[in-house]
Amino acid sequence: MVLAVLALLSLFVFPLWKIVLYAPQYPDGVKMHIWINKIGGETESTLQNINILNHYVGMKKIEPDDIPELNYFPYIILFMAALGLVAAVANKKGLYLAWVVLMVALAVAGLYDFYLWEYDYGHTLDPHAPMQFEGESFQPPLFGTKHIINFTAVSLPHIGGYFAGLSILLAALAWWFKRKIAR
Amino acid sequence: MKNHSGIKKLLFAGLIIAGISALTAGCGGGPGGSGSGVLGGDVASRVYVKPGSYDEFYAFVSGGFSGQISVYGIPSGRLFKVIPVFSVDAEKGYGFNEETKPMLNTSYGFVPWDDSHHPELSQTDGQTDGRWVFINGNNTPRVARIDLTTFETVEIIEIPNSGGNHSSPFTTENTEYVVAGTRFGVPYPQKDVPINSYAENFKGALTFISVDPEDGDMDIAFQVLLPAFDYDLAHSGKGASHGWTFFSSYNTEQKNSLLEVSASQNDKDFIAAVNWKKAEEYIKAGNYKEMPARYANNEYSDKTHSATSTMKDKVKVLIPSECPGLVYFLPTPKSPHGVDVDPTGEYIVGNGKLSADLTVHSFSKMLKAIENESYETVIDGIPVLKYDDVVAGVVTKPGLGPLHTEFDGKGNAYTTFFISSEVVKWKLGTWEVLDRGPCYYSVGHLCIPGGDSKKPDGKYLIAMNKITKDRYLPTGPELTQSAQLYDISGDKMELLLDFPTIGEPHYAQAIPASRVVDKVVKFYPIEANEHPDATKGEGAAKVERRGNEVHVYMTMIRSHFAPDNIEGVKMGDKVYFHVTNLEQDWDTPHGFAINGARNAELLIMPGQTETLVWEPQKEGVFPFYCTDFCSALHQEMQGYVRVSAANANTPLKWWLGEEEVQ
Repeated sequence: MVLAVLALLSLFVFPLWKIVLYAPQYPDGVKMHIWINKIGGETESTLQNINILNHYVGMKKIEPDDIPELNYFPYIILFMAALGLVAAVANKKGLYLAWVVLMVALAVAGLYDFYLWEYDYGHTLDPHAPMQFEGESFQPPLFGTKHIINFTAVSLPHIGGYFAGLSILLAALAWWFKRKIAR
Repeated sequence: MKNHSGIKKLLFAGLIIAGISALTAGCGGGPGGSGSGVLGGDVASRVYVKPGSYDEFYAFVSGGFSGQISVYGIPSGRLFKVIPVFSVDAEKGYGFNEETKPMLNTSYGFVPWDDSHHPELSQTDGQTDGRWVFINGNNTPRVARIDLTTFETVEIIEIPNSGGNHSSPFTTENTEYVVAGTRFGVPYPQKDVPINSYAENFKGALTFISVDPEDGDMDIAFQVLLPAFDYDLAHSGKGASHGWTFFSSYNTEQKNSLLEVSASQNDKDFIAAVNWKKAEEYIKAGNYKEMPARYANNEYSDKTHSATSTMKDKVKVLIPSECPGLVYFLPTPKSPHGVDVDPTGEYIVGNGKLSADLTVHSFSKMLKAIENESYETVIDGIPVLKYDDVVAGVVTKPGLGPLHTEFDGKGNAYTTFFISSEVVKWKLGTWEVLDRGPCYYSVGHLCIPGGDSKKPDGKYLIAMNKITKDRYLPTGPELTQSAQLYDISGDKMELLLDFPTIGEPHYAQAIPASRVVDKVVKFYPIEANEHPDATKGEGAAKVERRGNEVHVYMTMIRSHFAPDNIEGVKMGDKVYFHVTNLEQDWDTPHGFAINGARNAELLIMPGQTETLVWEPQKEGVFPFYCTDFCSALHQEMQGYVRVSAANANTPLKWWLGEEEVQ
């Protein structure tokens, strides 16, 4: 269970998610990284470069300051980590299960929130944008690959995302072993 | 097809005739000959670098009388960039924008052109290290340093009391110094004297320029004052001979007219061997004269994106007669041109250009002769060693008109022969000729990657030809210049490729791309931009009037300028466009050009600031636009400046889009 907490805390070290845009002019891809508390990229200027690309089709500028989730998400993670430690100390299988259920619920909520933001960025377009594509949305995929005009967008968990998944798995295992021993 | 497998004697005679006709110029080569008779096998695949792949080597090819350096990929022969060095370049705004004008400042004022001859890569422990390329300016003596992270000229230093900076800028094995020997004897210091007083008033200065090991900063450490021979080329010792630099000379007759004849009389001229470690001791001991001099040292900063020019006024001079052990003369037959030191540092090859033989001196024999004080004579306090005491061997009758030698690191030397138009491979130590490869035509320098260093990266040899005649589609009286690529990895040289070059490909140096490619700067971080007139965000864009100067602080980002509409400029104003490229991605330069500008465009790299001065000549509304195709909306990247009469009341206003910025 302690390992589950450590895996969860790795979110402060690694990005949660990545969206990579490929095009002929970007053979290595433009790599955006989403953290629990910030949005960045492979380089310091990645976000500026994505915003430049996006402005042609009238997408809003991605301003991390405009996304309140980035402010309170770290506290949720810290709270869950604390709760996990309490569960570990108490060593109760009920608490383990509760933690897993709560984490899954949070993950689903988080992904839904991520989808909403993607929808917002992909559909809220400046009517005066230089380039207009009838009926085209620029919403990146939630998970997997999608072609958006000349770009291939790939959206996948980053290291932090995999650790978060591992965290849930470890907690679930802790619960499962605890239950077995109890029997 | 020319047949080169004919009877040797006939061929030799033929080559002499061809060579002489080349020398007398324009007598016409054989019509229509393609001259590629020796090509065999699938040569094309060996120079084919498939689309999207990198070449194995960078080659830095001098532009000769273009004054620039061009960067090629080897083995493909593809041109990547022309780096402006000594000549203005309107394409890049070099010498036209306010930031780079000081780079071309000299003691004669702004000099917009020069003749660049010898690119020289910096070395560490005798190996090319990919930090800098140096190159000499011949006409108004200068040496430039190019930074290989940005491929830009970052420093130029003028050589005082020198004329024709030809034996330059050959480096020592740790780039302690690059050198600059004067090709023309000149009064020292310059003064008004009769030309016929050459022998008494003229001198030949050999200049040692120190290079800071950290930042590359160049400074004139000292000059060695020699008799007014013509110092032609140079190379520094390495390994055992590290600490010495060798300069070839001609016109030891010290004539000042019709040199073609008068300077070709002496049976032997000299290679001057300068012990620069000894020179350092004499400088340290204060055994030098401080001479008046006036020379510019210009430096470009990647932080301020601007150059500054500093004028210096004296130089330390060492007089050989007062500094025993500093200089020795090695007699070398017939006006030696190139002087080349083999990778071990033992052999010093004197390419006597009017001799039929190639003379090779031995460094260890030279030291022994110095120790024995076995001198033939002494000239101006400089001992002349005996030819027989220093010669290691002679390559007999290898060809006609030897000019330059480079090495493959496997015990072989390759020498170019101008008159017989060929490269000859021979063996160090046995002096036997191993192979010969024809050149089209009249080869000058040659380049083997690292071929003048301790550790050659041999595999290819590039011959730099002086004449092309019928090799390419003709382009009027002025034909393309050209280089030729040979594979030298086997026993026999194989001609692989001809490729055209910018200006005269006087000399080139090449380096494995791996020593350069990972250090290349992709853009300049905007937050590190220290240009005093930088505008680091659109919000900071503004226009200011100071008397009749109007300063426009403008930004550019895909795909607009801020501001892009400006009013209130008046006739008689001098408008300074300080333009900052806000992009922070690789390969996103923007250009700036305005109608009626009488200088050039700006070509601004991401994160950089440059300034163009525009003096309106007419009233009206004049467009400006981005010249470097930057994006899908590049054609929309444009704006206007309104110019009113000198006495008009048009207020100073500027804006972008519907909102006025001010």
